[in-house]
Amino acid sequence: MRRNLGRVWQPLLAVISALFGLYMVMKIYVAGQPSLALGCMAVLGIGIYVYTSGRAYAYRYLFPGMLAAAVFVLLPLIYTFAIGFTNYSSKNLLSYERARQYFLEETYQVEGDSYAFSLHDDGNAYRIRLERPDGKVFATAPLALKKPEPLTVEAKELAKTDAALSATELQTPQLVPLLPALKKVTVTLPDTQQATLSGLREFAPVRLLYKANADGSLTNQQDGTVIRADQQTGFFTKANGEALQPGFKVGVGFDNYKRIFTEPTFREPFIRIFIWTVAFAGLTVVFTFAVGVVLAVLLNWEALRFRAFYRVMLFLPYAVPGFISILVFKGLFSENSGEINAMLKALFGISPHWFSDPWLARSMLLIVNTWLGYPYMMVLCMGLIKAIPSDLYEASAIAGAGPLTNFFKITLPLIAKPITPLLISAFAFNFNNFVLIALLTGGRPDFIDTTVPAGETDLLVSYTYRIAFEDSGQQFGLAAAISTVIFIMVAILSIVNLRLTKVNQQEAR
Amino acid sequence: MAVVLDKSHRWRVIAAHVFLLAFIAAIIFPFLMIISISLRPGNYAVGELIPSEISLEHWKLALGISYQGLDGQLVEPQFPVLLWLWNSIKIAAMSAAIGLLLSTTCAYAFARMQFKGKRMMMNSLLLMQMFPSVLALVAIYAIFDRIGSHVPALGIDTHGGLVLAYTGGIALHIWTIKGYFDTIPVEIEEAAKVDGATPFQAFRYVLLPMALPILMVVFLLAFIQGIIEYPIASVLLHEKDNLTLAVGAKQFLYPQHYRWGDFAAAAILSGLPITAVFLLAQKWMISGLTAGGVKG
Repeated sequence: MRRNLGRVWQPLLAVISALFGLYMVMKIYVAGQPSLALGCMAVLGIGIYVYTSGRAYAYRYLFPGMLAAAVFVLLPLIYTFAIGFTNYSSKNLLSYERARQYFLEETYQVEGDSYAFSLHDDGNAYRIRLERPDGKVFATAPLALKKPEPLTVEAKELAKTDAALSATELQTPQLVPLLPALKKVTVTLPDTQQATLSGLREFAPVRLLYKANADGSLTNQQDGTVIRADQQTGFFTKANGEALQPGFKVGVGFDNYKRIFTEPTFREPFIRIFIWTVAFAGLTVVFTFAVGVVLAVLLNWEALRFRAFYRVMLFLPYAVPGFISILVFKGLFSENSGEINAMLKALFGISPHWFSDPWLARSMLLIVNTWLGYPYMMVLCMGLIKAIPSDLYEASAIAGAGPLTNFFKITLPLIAKPITPLLISAFAFNFNNFVLIALLTGGRPDFIDTTVPAGETDLLVSYTYRIAFEDSGQQFGLAAAISTVIFIMVAILSIVNLRLTKVNQQEAR
Repeated sequence: MAVVLDKSHRWRVIAAHVFLLAFIAAIIFPFLMIISISLRPGNYAVGELIPSEISLEHWKLALGISYQGLDGQLVEPQFPVLLWLWNSIKIAAMSAAIGLLLSTTCAYAFARMQFKGKRMMMNSLLLMQMFPSVLALVAIYAIFDRIGSHVPALGIDTHGGLVLAYTGGIALHIWTIKGYFDTIPVEIEEAAKVDGATPFQAFRYVLLPMALPILMVVFLLAFIQGIIEYPIASVLLHEKDNLTLAVGAKQFLYPQHYRWGDFAAAAILSGLPITAVFLLAQKWMISGLTAGGVKG
């Protein structure tokens, strides 16, 4: 019975999901994104093949997982490379078609009779009511008016004595907060005349500002100027070269890379940040390894009691979520109200400026990162030290060697080789340790002699983040180009690492 | 080991104990400090390690209870800490469950089946894992912006979108589970197949029950990853009520409205359960750590 049921619902499920997939592809295609629709169609096609063909049986298990990894890990990587070659930014956010559409929908107010306007509450939404001087009344359907986004709505003629509308008119205090959204609304009246808000109680008739020409340029109907799309810069420009907002995305070739490596305003902070990034990652590895290996040696010493207790306590910094411990340190190091400065003041009478002095900020980052990172090194070293044959130490004890000799002549040389690849991956991780910087200093203190937003403690990744998401220009293209540069560095590190691991494995055999 | 122990050996043991205890004291100082801060009144006062006056005001705010301040004003919680914690747990649990489902099926195919491109797929999974998602934030933002314009429930500033973004990072989980499957003898499944089980039935009713421990471990790993993830969440979530704890906790320490005491209570409240889960799972995680996962 169960098997019969399975025979029925399995194909049914397949058909339903295929139809749903087709519907989504249609929807995307209609929304004007044929390439995206094509991609989805291809995925859907592969999916249908995998789940219906007997030859692709193994892939049925792989398809969902591989698809997720491809779409959310691989695709962002590839897309980052692609964005690096465009001028994608808050100024050039739209596609060419959308930017052109934006201009074609722009309106300007013309001479003519204006409309008396009032706004009416309709439960959670609002209706716009317009009254023409000749006494005709128009009203729109209920509108949310939550976000200031361009919106074109139709208004229908109403009988003048519509009681439902006249009772719920909004007074000025309630009207004012809705103005940003209302300013973006264009009302189309039954006679195709359009109107927009022109005063607190008034809508004025408008006309479309631009008319499309055959050669792709647009003519401004108000002053007769012609604007053309410049595919080099990604803006519509007037004849005199003035660029108009909004711009659109275009490919700019290697321009972003040229900016990073040749323009002094970008090159100089890039080099300074790069040096600090390498120093930070390198010193972090040195410090965490030094602390970790000493603790690991102590914890592997059989003469020591309570080792299990020590181990748990020493492991604690690793177990606490990073975002909490980093913020705890941010508060403790705080210059005015932090506990660390309070103690330093009581003991030595000093209160260092941990967040405004570049070198102190850097030392603070290294202190906190060592605290966060040594347990990992400790655990790694403990495993490796355990694997060292104990007869080596017995032999050295007979020869009368002390613990220091043991450490430098036996322990360290023997764990050096297996730990090197792990140290390199720790270096690569800290090279991109975004969370620490973002939560502790945010890259500050900022450079005072540069125009781009960059700080003394910024790593390359946090610099990228600031260019993309915090700088007012939101220069996604430039940020993606820097990301690509970091990608290449990480890739080189990974290759070195793979080589070393392979050499180690071969020697072990 | 050497049998004869001289005097200097005993001194060394004592010195080691003293050193370790002093080191541990320094290491856990921030934790002790934060407990004391959460219990003393006020957000600015610099105080002693053991507060002379104990006040529960910060804890009340962290738990979402308003209280009456010194000047008689009603002090209301400024940040929805419990809501953030719930958001974090919800997102981490959902992404861990989906990630586990996807990675278990993939691991089964990799461990038990022969097909074209198997080696290449496994190696490229490992390669992809080497590039942190921080580097692709711009692209991730752009992708979810676009998804959101077609399916609003999965766009920017939605939990669905964030869960989806997390499900991609399953490469290490696949390798971990595959490694465990490899240690389970294939004969048992073959016996089931001889008795007429389909490959899926052999997987679902024979292999999965035996692999339960590793599935638990991978779920916990993915869960903790989801809780502590900061970069993607900070890019995708904006609205105050949508934030996860990792993104929201930062807001306590903005210079404009510095809430040191409130933060301390919230940090303990949310950090304690996560730390407990982590310590529980760490026994198994260490083997995973040495395999290549890095933190700190």
